[in-house]
Amino acid sequence: MAKKLRVLIAKPGLDGHDRGAKVIARSLRDAGMEVIYTGLRQTPEMIAEAALQEDVDAVGLSVLSGAHMALVPRLLEKLRGQGQDHVAVLLGGIIPDEDIPLLKEMGVAAIFGPGANTEAIIRAFQEAVAASPKAV
Amino acid sequence: MGLAEDVLAGDRLALARLLTRLEDEDSRGEAVLAELYPHARHAHRIGVTGPPGTGKSTLVNQAVRWCRQNGMERVAVIAVDPSSPFSGGAILGDRIRMRDLAGDPGIFIRSMASRGALGGLARGTAAFVDALIAAGYERLFIETVGAGQAEVDVARMADTTVVVEGPGMGDEIQAIKAGILEIADVLVVNKADLPGAQAAVQALHASLGLAKRPAGSWSPPILTTIAESGEGIEALMEAVNRHRDHLHDSGEGEARDRARAATRLEMELHHCLAERFRRELADGRFEDEVQAVFERRKTPAQAAADLIGERP
Repeated sequence: MAKKLRVLIAKPGLDGHDRGAKVIARSLRDAGMEVIYTGLRQTPEMIAEAALQEDVDAVGLSVLSGAHMALVPRLLEKLRGQGQDHVAVLLGGIIPDEDIPLLKEMGVAAIFGPGANTEAIIRAFQEAVAASPKAV
Repeated sequence: MGLAEDVLAGDRLALARLLTRLEDEDSRGEAVLAELYPHARHAHRIGVTGPPGTGKSTLVNQAVRWCRQNGMERVAVIAVDPSSPFSGGAILGDRIRMRDLAGDPGIFIRSMASRGALGGLARGTAAFVDALIAAGYERLFIETVGAGQAEVDVARMADTTVVVEGPGMGDEIQAIKAGILEIADVLVVNKADLPGAQAAVQALHASLGLAKRPAGSWSPPILTTIAESGEGIEALMEAVNRHRDHLHDSGEGEARDRARAATRLEMELHHCLAERFRRELADGRFEDEVQAVFERRKTPAQAAADLIGERP
């Protein structure tokens, strides 16, 4: 059987608006992926642990609160600390332009703002997973 | 590589990877499972099934918490959700209801897409159960997709099957009494604070009361819970434990384990033989026979017999 992409869609932090995350989850499902959705108000620790147990290929984060510069590095650090270096991390939400180069430098594979095309997001997940080092 | 050793030593990342390989039917996964299988013996497998929206995930969340608070060191959950028949994708959302369990290293939760299997579980669920038991999980909760009548596979895999109903089932109880009610070792009416809960309990009593049971056999208790608040969870878990003791004392547990071995071997044979047969068929022969069945020139049974007859 062909390997199915497994993706975790998570909302870290305190903002309570997950419509965007659900739209993305649905689009990825329709593209044939298995999408684990964990709901609102997740800490980076919770997300990293869920990613580990579910052995996902990628994590998609939705952050609307402006706390991405605090949350994303903590998640990346947790993932790496657990040996999950191969997990691609993508980010969506309200991310100011000046933060984008910094986030990419930290290792975020792709970043999408409001109104991003879902086809492009699906492709970004597929490409990010293809490009990331495979777990042995 | 030593993935089996890593799993036995409690490495959660290794366990998670093994589960993926088993799910993908990667032969490397099967090889590791063969090493682990002798260790996959002692555990209590609890199946949780019932119609969609009755609160199965919330109930499992509370039950797992109860287990951890009552001395069980390692508890695992396998939560199955349906795959889309069109895209093959899936949204696996059971973790939303289990966020209380995050951060507890004694708990391992794995979501699973049904990938086209029809019995309420996925093809790989049995292998997941073995791997988790070998990894030292002593209590396993297996949550099925929202199930109605025919999704009874979980009863073959679990030691104790909990069937969860909601209030307001009313006459629908009649409709399902030949289905999942028959596999219940423990029956739960969840959301007992909502109107219609008592009516559901009475309907279940009426339905179960008709069943004839030999003396000394297990009689499924009917309980009420409010999983959201945790009310009734203690009584539920006591009933589940009583059932486990009954399985042990009556010898029925061993009989179930033996029956499980037979079922699984038979399923594996079906799968392997069908796969091998398809591989050995000449190109296009399967499609030819599909066409013949489609045009009503042959019945499906005739077409199958013809294919089998010409096999080398």
